[in-house]
Amino acid sequence: MVLLPAFGYLPVLGGNTFHLEAWQTLWAHAGLQRSVLLSYFSGLITALVALFIVVLFLAASQGTLLDRAIRRMVSPLLAIPHAAVAFGLAFLIAPSGLLVRWASPGLTGWERPPDLLIVNDPLGLALMAGLILKEVPFLLLMSLAALPQLRPEQRVTVARSLGYAPSIAWLKCVFPALYPLIRLPVYAVIAYATSVVDMALILGPTLPPTLSVSVLTWFNDPDLNRRFMASAGAVLQFGVTLAALLTWWLGEQGVKRLCQRWLANGSRASGATAIAFGGRALLLSVTLLAISALVGLVLFSVAGFWRFPDALPGTFTLDHWLRILPSVAKPLINTLSVGLAATLIAAVLVVATLEHAARYQLPAWRAQWLLYLPLIVPQVAFLFGLVVAAESVAIRPQQALVVAGHLLFVVPYLYLSLSEAYRRLDPRWFQVALSLGVPPWRAFWQVRLPLLLAPLLTACAVSLAVSIGQYLPTLLLGGGRISTITTEAVAMASGGNRRLVAVLALLQTLLPFIGFSLALMIPRLVWAKRRQMRGAA
Amino acid sequence: MKPRTTLTTAVATAMLSLALPAMAAPDPTDWDAVLQAAEGQTVYWNAWGGDSRTNRYIAWVSEQMQSTYGVNVAHVKLDDTGSAVARVLGEKQAGNMDDGRIDLIWINGENFAAMREQDLLFGPFAESLPNFALTHPDENPEVVTDFTLPTEGYESPWGKAQITFYYDSAQTETPPQSIADLLEWAKDNPGQFSYPRIPDFTGSTFLKQALIELSNQDDALYAPVVEAEFAEITAPLWDYLDELHPHLWRSGRSFPESGPNLRALMSDGELSLAFSFYPTDAAVAVMEYELPESVRSYVLEDGTLGNVHFVAIPFNSPHKAGAMALANFLLSPEAQAQKQSLSIWGDRTVLAVSRLDENDKALFEQGESHPSALPADALSNTLAEPHPSWMTALQDAWLQRYGVN
Repeated sequence: MVLLPAFGYLPVLGGNTFHLEAWQTLWAHAGLQRSVLLSYFSGLITALVALFIVVLFLAASQGTLLDRAIRRMVSPLLAIPHAAVAFGLAFLIAPSGLLVRWASPGLTGWERPPDLLIVNDPLGLALMAGLILKEVPFLLLMSLAALPQLRPEQRVTVARSLGYAPSIAWLKCVFPALYPLIRLPVYAVIAYATSVVDMALILGPTLPPTLSVSVLTWFNDPDLNRRFMASAGAVLQFGVTLAALLTWWLGEQGVKRLCQRWLANGSRASGATAIAFGGRALLLSVTLLAISALVGLVLFSVAGFWRFPDALPGTFTLDHWLRILPSVAKPLINTLSVGLAATLIAAVLVVATLEHAARYQLPAWRAQWLLYLPLIVPQVAFLFGLVVAAESVAIRPQQALVVAGHLLFVVPYLYLSLSEAYRRLDPRWFQVALSLGVPPWRAFWQVRLPLLLAPLLTACAVSLAVSIGQYLPTLLLGGGRISTITTEAVAMASGGNRRLVAVLALLQTLLPFIGFSLALMIPRLVWAKRRQMRGAA
Repeated sequence: MKPRTTLTTAVATAMLSLALPAMAAPDPTDWDAVLQAAEGQTVYWNAWGGDSRTNRYIAWVSEQMQSTYGVNVAHVKLDDTGSAVARVLGEKQAGNMDDGRIDLIWINGENFAAMREQDLLFGPFAESLPNFALTHPDENPEVVTDFTLPTEGYESPWGKAQITFYYDSAQTETPPQSIADLLEWAKDNPGQFSYPRIPDFTGSTFLKQALIELSNQDDALYAPVVEAEFAEITAPLWDYLDELHPHLWRSGRSFPESGPNLRALMSDGELSLAFSFYPTDAAVAVMEYELPESVRSYVLEDGTLGNVHFVAIPFNSPHKAGAMALANFLLSPEAQAQKQSLSIWGDRTVLAVSRLDENDKALFEQGESHPSALPADALSNTLAEPHPSWMTALQDAWLQRYGVN
């Protein structure tokens, strides 16, 4: 449905033959090469830097109080939707933004904001910063979920007994085993970063924008003949994502060759202090940056007029919240109903699959990559085609279709979060239950499920957060009639009133936050008298 | 045939025959039939949702429609009208001829031109609306002309917009009064003015405004673009922009995303001069704490571009009667007066107020005024919009010259 118009076949606009004209128009479009390179490099560099920060932190963390504190601070960051992070960061680092206001005029002597191109810079650095802020918590959590099965403490202990510094020991013994387990999440990060739309609109370069933003603009262009070029662009976007993934894979092979010598060369302590310090410092700065971005949003949501360079708004007012709240009731209900429905269905599907695999001792599901397909194919590329396909089979846009669309994106995250916990659960509990004469389904309900309550709730919280943050699927599959908090926030963003946008972004953040808090609290309450049952994550 | 099958066929045919009249397009000239068909319908009105004041007004309209006509109006908030156009096109492509998702679109300019070209609109209906006569189209041709194209009854007028400049009087005391003046002002105040990035419609309108003044209102602008003459007519515009860009915000390397973003930048202290499509924008922004109270609005001395915005009905809407009832209500004196009130929205009326009867005229008497708003007589000098093909041609040429830096 997207491929056909790309090659000229779109009867409703008069395109009845296949031809390559759309590609020629695309190639002739000014700035296309720059857009492609921007998408390609921002995707790769984001993944590289995010992985670097996460690996460095894991290598440096020793299980001290500071490390546990940092780890606990990072998980809630996963709940903040991409758009909210982008807004917050945009305001934080802008020349008239929060950081400059706090530093002026005391430290810098500026009475007017400097004319510096920071947000929307042509190299995409602001965009990469925003993406890294979101991807670091994601990769960290995926790594933490995958680590326990490798028994990292034992490996590091053995290496330390041979004289290696702890961080070097971790890097040489644990990381090579960890990487294959987090390879798929890294690919998901690359795919997202090359094709992100909402963050690129807020933080990314503008003349020319990244490829996905251009494609979206062409799809929405009133000149309907642009559709052909838009479809060709969507196919090109898919190609760019594949190219980035391929480059990363080649990089993996290269690193494997080059590091074989380093792994065995016996250097035990070189760089250990740098890693120990850098790992903690980097993650701490990422977390602090994200928190400051949130603080900026909070300040704006209650701000009266805020003259530059005051550090705080001149007056505070609750007007903005009062204005938004009445109109936000229906979207909130929609958001929750779609999110909960998608999460519930996904949970049933995933648990059924995992239970089946566990009972019959099946190896890790080979077709996992199929699950990842919706995460890797750019949304912009296939969603428009999906809408037309649904219309053709007379499935009108409606809530059920939106839930189905969200399912596509929610199931992979749920599976990712839950599969580790399932695998690590000792199968002997189940066997003991069976040996007591209980039918398998009862053993499942009364033994396995309660043991997995905590990881299951966390996985549900993650998938709820994913569903809340979806913009394009809700808009297109709902025909614009299902309004969620995210669609409201993006619609309001086009109006430019930063205070109202801040209110909506905070509301958007609050919902998954509540989900995560519940996921943490409920196991604690339910297992108040059974400490071993809590936190099996 | 078995008895049960005959019964089902009979029921099905009966239901089908009852359903058919509702699905057939109502005749706009039989207004009573339209109102009767409209009762109980739910109209999905796709309108830009980026301004909470507009949203608030539309919510008021929904309440009135429910209580007066029994029509339920649902506001579908768009961030870009182009997506509604794309949706109707997608529905037509998939063969959906009578069950579209959109019943009414807030539209004008090149979006309207595109939908007309592709036969995506229902009509003509506008001239049959009872309240349409209140706009007196013979004396106000702008209510039946959309960017030089005759509407031919395919869209109904709703409100008026005009490019209005506003500036922070605390930062600059003598704002420019013409496009040529603007260049001098920008040289004296570098980095304090900008215009939205093309292809935003406010930015494109700035290009048209500049071109009209720099080419001395060349007649060719009001006819479709002629390829061969395009370069010659637009040469002064590109020379002007080449000179202007280095003195703009961010030295012209980046442009704000949209008209409302100009306001946000002024709020941040980055710009001290900006412009907007809505004359009341600056006053409203001051009331909402977005701009300082020292902001003042004005219009260029030779006039600025103005246009009317409309509502249109897609060809495949299943609730055309309800949509027409809504379009008619939007033209009623009380709806137009409510819309123009500064405390609600502030969008100007399309009705010929001086020709209304006394009661209705009184609705428009506004005691409210705001120091940051335009003085009452400032809006008399409105320039007409050029042909829509100029918009696309100018956008493409701008992107070609400045789209990559």
